[in-house]
Amino acid sequence: MSKLQKIAYLLMILPAIALAEGDDITWNNSLKNQFFAGKTIEESNAVIELEAPYRAEDPAIVPVKVVSKMPQTQDKYIKKIWVFVDKNPFPFVGEFEFFPESGKADLAMRVRVNTYSNIRAIAETNDGKFTMSKKFVKASGGCSAPIGADLDEAMKRLGKVKFRLDDGMQVGQPTQAQLMISHPNITGMQMDQMTRFVRKSHFIDQLHVTFNDKPVLNAKIDIAISADPNFRFYFVPDKPGELKANFSDISCESPTSRAVCKPGEHYSQQYTVTP
Amino acid sequence: MRFILVLLGILVSHASQALPALPVTEVMPGIFVHVSEHHWPDRDNHGEIANIGFIVGDDCVAVVDSGGSPQQGIALHKAIKKATTKPICYVINTHVHPDHIYGNRAFKEKAVQFVGHHKLERAMATRGPHYLSKADELLDLRVTASNIIPPDLPVKDSMTLNLGNRELVLTAHPTAHTDNDLSVYDKKTNTMWLADLLFLEHIPVIDGSIKGWLNELARLEKNHYKLVIPGHGPLVRDWPVSLQPQKAYLTQLASEIRAMIKQGKTLEYAVDHVGLSTKQHWQLFEQFHRKNITIAYAELEWED
Repeated sequence: MSKLQKIAYLLMILPAIALAEGDDITWNNSLKNQFFAGKTIEESNAVIELEAPYRAEDPAIVPVKVVSKMPQTQDKYIKKIWVFVDKNPFPFVGEFEFFPESGKADLAMRVRVNTYSNIRAIAETNDGKFTMSKKFVKASGGCSAPIGADLDEAMKRLGKVKFRLDDGMQVGQPTQAQLMISHPNITGMQMDQMTRFVRKSHFIDQLHVTFNDKPVLNAKIDIAISADPNFRFYFVPDKPGELKANFSDISCESPTSRAVCKPGEHYSQQYTVTP
Repeated sequence: MRFILVLLGILVSHASQALPALPVTEVMPGIFVHVSEHHWPDRDNHGEIANIGFIVGDDCVAVVDSGGSPQQGIALHKAIKKATTKPICYVINTHVHPDHIYGNRAFKEKAVQFVGHHKLERAMATRGPHYLSKADELLDLRVTASNIIPPDLPVKDSMTLNLGNRELVLTAHPTAHTDNDLSVYDKKTNTMWLADLLFLEHIPVIDGSIKGWLNELARLEKNHYKLVIPGHGPLVRDWPVSLQPQKAYLTQLASEIRAMIKQGKTLEYAVDHVGLSTKQHWQLFEQFHRKNITIAYAELEWED
């Protein structure tokens, strides 16, 4: 290769390198207007910070975590957090509503990441301000696919729920709870000529967690949530009581449109908390 | 139109003539294997990284995995034509991973039946779109749905194929390496083609169930085989000795992950801390170990 050719080649691949490190094209061209039309969003890690692995080891199960930088008080709190995986066929992961009673607006979950992409979380505080934190995640490729490994096993357990609480819970202190829901969360992405075995998209779309009937977390979620949805969040056990999860699933005709959907089942599970 | 077809024919035959036959070794009478080196599938090797081959009977030939690329499928087809004049009657796909099925189209003919686990078609349907969408970028391959051919003969529990004085017993395994693993046992030579149920040197890759895989290994370990053909790694003539590293790796992974789940450690923590002492034993550890932990953790946390 001549020197000139080398330079020409470098110039050609430079934009590709820049793109590979995470671009905001999908965000700027569609997501921002679709979800936050007319809003000013500050990019900063001052209110929330998104944590994600640099490489998606298994694209079907990528652990991501939103860490809040402020406590939830009646005066000032994070109201909502949205999460997106820009380059997924359906980028919207979920919209999560928090309350002063949540104690802390931290949220950990597992998501599907189809390809090299920015993942972003946007927080709205009760003063109406929006803040965004993002991370670039490299897809892992290889033989993996962003679906579950054992569909039948997940179907067998469908609707089973587990709660886990941190050890050393203290009365009145924000305490971390883990909610595990067994559900295949089927994306509905499949080859048309071979669909006779596979359902259309079938996923959990609504989740409400309460403690003693006071809201802790409300979520509207979608197919980017991994099979067997798994969330870690906080609540404040001010006295003994019931931590309760209500959720429902839905089935949609198209994996990337929510125009034609059929509501599915409702599920409910509670857990007795004795701090 | 005819001119274009003729031209196309010349181009196609030219392309395939230019391609040499895949090097294969006759490892048992009538059993031919191409043993691959261990690489992460990429744009240089086009995903041609698995052991593939064929078995010749008195009447016809069964292909066992068709290759990691359409080109490798053509090269394997040539190797068969070089080795025998018998026609090909079956293409057996041992599971859904692209390094085992992307050569399928080279064998698509009326007389050829494709055979796979009864869950293979579903796995192809759900994973196909993702695999195909990444093939150009990751493997430098131009493939479409027509390269992924679902089985004509789905195997529910087991099935015997007769190649003419040679019976192959196919077993559809419960979820292990994937949820659609099929093994091929040749009665005549007491050879077990385990494909990706067995890895040597190349780190085992969990894409199904760690518990299921360990169960299958415990069962298979009791059998006596003269030859075992792994999906990745050298041929095994000392069964079950050569199985032990894989079994030890999976066992250690499962026990360390179970302990962490019990202690309330998160998936993120497990991914950084489980099984690090096993690193020296395996090639491609960095590429697959964390994925293995992830998928095993997600399974084992539902155990009780």
